[in-house]
Amino acid sequence: MNITKNKLRSILTMLGIVIGVASIIALITIVQGATNNISNEVIKLGGNKIFINVFGTPLKQGLTQYDAEQIAALDNISGVSPTISGKTAVIYNNKVLKDIVVEGKNEVYFRADPELLSSGRAINILDLGSKNQVAVIGSNIVRELFFGINPIGEKIIINGMTYTVIGTLKESTGFSLGSTNDTVIIPYTTALRCLGVENISTLDAYLEDTNLADQTVLEIKGILNQAFNYNEDAYNVYNMGDIIDSFQSIMSMMSMLLAGIAAISLVVGGIGIMNMMLVSITERTIEIGLRKALGATPFAIRLQFIIESIILSLIGGITGLVLGALLSYLLAAIIGIGVSISLSTNILAVGFSASVGIVFGYMPARKASRLNPIDALKSL
Amino acid sequence: MSEIVNMKNICKSYYIGDQEIQVLKNINLKVEEGEFVSVLGPSGSGKTTLMNIIGCLDMPTSGKYILCGNDISEMNEIELARVRNKEIGFVFQSFFLLPRLTAVQNVELPLIYSDIPQKERRKKAEVMLERVGLADKMNNLPNQLSGGQQQRVAIARALVTEPSLILADEPTGALDQKTGTSIIEYFEKLNAEGKTIIIITHDIKVAAHANRTVNILDGKLTEGVVSG
Repeated sequence: MNITKNKLRSILTMLGIVIGVASIIALITIVQGATNNISNEVIKLGGNKIFINVFGTPLKQGLTQYDAEQIAALDNISGVSPTISGKTAVIYNNKVLKDIVVEGKNEVYFRADPELLSSGRAINILDLGSKNQVAVIGSNIVRELFFGINPIGEKIIINGMTYTVIGTLKESTGFSLGSTNDTVIIPYTTALRCLGVENISTLDAYLEDTNLADQTVLEIKGILNQAFNYNEDAYNVYNMGDIIDSFQSIMSMMSMLLAGIAAISLVVGGIGIMNMMLVSITERTIEIGLRKALGATPFAIRLQFIIESIILSLIGGITGLVLGALLSYLLAAIIGIGVSISLSTNILAVGFSASVGIVFGYMPARKASRLNPIDALKSL
Repeated sequence: MSEIVNMKNICKSYYIGDQEIQVLKNINLKVEEGEFVSVLGPSGSGKTTLMNIIGCLDMPTSGKYILCGNDISEMNEIELARVRNKEIGFVFQSFFLLPRLTAVQNVELPLIYSDIPQKERRKKAEVMLERVGLADKMNNLPNQLSGGQQQRVAIARALVTEPSLILADEPTGALDQKTGTSIIEYFEKLNAEGKTIIIITHDIKVAAHANRTVNILDGKLTEGVVSG
């Protein structure tokens, strides 16, 4: 067969397909890996969560505890976790950390994600009820204030008042949204009293049944409308599930887009194959003429050249597949995400390269099959 | 004896611009089974065109051509391919062996197009190469063979389908005198075994080996001297 006899030329011709398939595989895999990674992070934050952001009105600057209790009382809500946040200095043993985010939260926040804590205990309902001055601190705070010391039970000063450290938070890594590494968490009832903040500005509501999310969002909006006198600019309600959905659809659109761009190189590769097939037909005119004289039908000639073209692009496709897989794992290792190459991606790549072979091999093959054997044999 | 070739009033013309060039003029040719005929003519006489028509590689402009009972003028491309495959064994001046295939693979080539299973193809090709005396060169590539050996591979390729007619176009043209003679003698041997052979040549010495010679000149055929 001609392919093996013109190794260098065949390799150069296949290169277009190799690069095309490799980049499609790598792009799809990386984007998918990144999407899964981010989705997982987002889901960890809570696919069953509804975020309520309150900007307030001049008359009422945030939610009151009563509003929060009303939302918590809705049928499909398993709990709400209000957040009150402020920035203030945190002091331990004469070490001062300025501008630390101090957030007031409740026990629901900790219950929703059991993996939040690294050591110690979470804020519980008793802390909230008696407005205890206790704190759960982020990993960077631990590192900076308590280097070499077990922070549990130590006293820190927040905004001039003494708090006991009862727990530490796990370090959040990677793409984590809303990293808590630099945060100090105290009971929100304590926060309301001590941070000089009177209103709840954000509230997370946890759903019991995510299928009923839309209905619940409407009910929450009803409560908020009452609270803010039907001023819809006063708040925002986000359903986390919707956010995840739209995020995933954006990412899949992006991966299609990238794959589309990579597919252009497949087309270029296909044209390369077509070019090589045409050159090869010109070089092999005598062979074609001879085969026809020996009784090859036009169909047999066409088949021969299409098969050659398919083999070329399949070899290119499979090489590209291997290369793309290696590239994906390499990039994934560098970026620090997990990837897996799906079967459908493999089929896509191999199928695509085979069809490039058929599409771009057809025209040269037809040209070969139409060659007049007399002219072909005369061309010596 | 049955008729292999029967041509009646075959004409062939080409057009160069508006000008019609008549290459073959009312050719009448009959070749019976077992005959050894040479078509003798200088270059430009139309002998290659005649060979192309006999070999079903080209169609006459007018006239009737019957090859082994098949009316060629009514055939489509696929049927012509089948007739070439089954009825005709070509031997060319410059051998036309595929350089990347071994001798035995070259001989197998026409069998690929006649639905014969792979094993049987190889067997037939090997038998044929033995017959032309190249049993020890089966797996050589053409460039590892001498000119005479290459032409014998080509003859084996022409014989392997057991065609009704061997059609040879200047089979000695690319060979030296001695090798050429041995090739022609091989054709004589094949003819003695009953093969029908037509040789197209411009060389009167080659033509003399045939039982019958027809002369072609300016597209017209005249019956030549029957040589012993």
